[in-house]
Amino acid sequence: MYTDKVMDHFTNPRNVGEIENANGVGEVGNASCGDIMKIFLKVEDNIIQDVKFKTFGCGAAIATSSMVTEMAIGKTIDEALELSNQAVAEALDGLPAQKMHCSNLAADALHEAIKNYKAGNG
Amino acid sequence: MNQIYLDYNATSPVRPEVLEVMLPFYMEQFGNPSSVHWAGRQVSGALEKAREQVASLINASPAEIVFVSCGSEGDNMAIKGSLDPLKEKGNHIITTAVEHPAVLETCEALEKDGYEVTYLPVSKDGQLDLADLEKAITDKTILISIMWANNETGNLYPIEEIGKIAKKYNIRFHTDAVQAVGKIPVDVQKANLDLLVISGHKIGAPKGVGAIYIRRGTRMKSFMHGGHQERNRRAGTQNVAGIVGLGKACEMAASEQKDYYKRVRAMRDRLEDGVLSQVPDIKLNGTPDRDDRLPNTLNVSFAYIEGESLLLNLDMFGIAASSGSACTSGSLEPSHVMGAMCVEVTLAHSSTRFSLGPETTEEEIDKVLEVLPATVQRLRDMSPLYNCGKTAEGCETCETVRRI
Repeated sequence: MYTDKVMDHFTNPRNVGEIENANGVGEVGNASCGDIMKIFLKVEDNIIQDVKFKTFGCGAAIATSSMVTEMAIGKTIDEALELSNQAVAEALDGLPAQKMHCSNLAADALHEAIKNYKAGNG
Repeated sequence: MNQIYLDYNATSPVRPEVLEVMLPFYMEQFGNPSSVHWAGRQVSGALEKAREQVASLINASPAEIVFVSCGSEGDNMAIKGSLDPLKEKGNHIITTAVEHPAVLETCEALEKDGYEVTYLPVSKDGQLDLADLEKAITDKTILISIMWANNETGNLYPIEEIGKIAKKYNIRFHTDAVQAVGKIPVDVQKANLDLLVISGHKIGAPKGVGAIYIRRGTRMKSFMHGGHQERNRRAGTQNVAGIVGLGKACEMAASEQKDYYKRVRAMRDRLEDGVLSQVPDIKLNGTPDRDDRLPNTLNVSFAYIEGESLLLNLDMFGIAASSGSACTSGSLEPSHVMGAMCVEVTLAHSSTRFSLGPETTEEEIDKVLEVLPATVQRLRDMSPLYNCGKTAEGCETCETVRRI
């Protein structure tokens, strides 16, 4: 049911973990629907230098988290804010229909982390 | 890679001896059992032999066995078929919050049609309090429908005790015995049952065949209209080969029951002991008293991780298990059984069921025990819930999402 890309990111997730001196942290999801995603950012000069994630969730939740970290690194925070959940799903060659709503929240977590960064540096 | 199948409560492979007796009924003995000619006569005997084999396993008479297409059909027939003959008496059904969807969804549909349904609660261990059952009974109660064994936890319900209560109040008693038959002794007389449902594919017969025991003298409204098959109780030309297979599987279950129990229980206990001792922060779902559980079932939640991702990881090692996670059910909510047991919601999402079969070997269990702890740890290291000061205890207030 998952694409090869989803399985690749699920089995070998990129950028798992926390950033010790993160200057932006965002968390979305809730336990009742089974997905919680937490994104840690290191932003310097408006550019995302490092991203890490921790995720509780299904295969799609872990794969989208991994993919969004790859997509965000090196981007300006404004560019990163343009990243959508849809774009993350497309980069993984799609997700099963029933996963599009419940487990496709990684871009939202990234946006929350950027908001948190902006609030701290406003 | 070796494949390790630990999902026997979902389905089981057809046993070679079963397939062997089925094959002649596809091409050589192809007749319609209702026909009077040689072709029909060839198969009608086989049908009656299968009826005896099924009846014998559950201590019923062959005339009390009706063949159906699956367990869900049997449960629908038992419940819906009971309503009309008992409508003068009332419209109240008692069941439990942990039934299989074949019973639960049927009862929910009937509620929309004006029937009253009581869903008995279960304890945190998934057990029933029979005082609740007696309290729920009214003079309008027409049916008690309680499963013999729970498919997710393996919990066994005190069917003989419930049968006594049903008899005392003169209420019709149905049990979904799909998970129990073949795994533990099932005796419809001792349990005072009026209706009992069996599914073929859980016990080494093929998918697409099941049986319902209907106690002699139990009035039922036809559920499927058509020909006069099955003494007018279930229309439709019989699935002869499937029924022959079901008969053989029941015969084998009867002769192997004691050995099966001992063997599969030893394997399950080995797995349970290993998992409980080797993986920290886990919760056993179901009763800790192993005598009160099916011998083949272990259901555990691994704190901080989600079930589907664990299943996918185990699948990479060839290990097939199942989960109560929402992601494996196609809904957004975790298993209703975990909900009824008040299992904390993240733990419900991580509930994982290992259900063993007669073919399960010690080597397979040891392979699971070798792979599982590291797999769980890998996912925990990825989880924002792990090592963040939160504990893995059950909820106190039962905020768990529940369907019922």
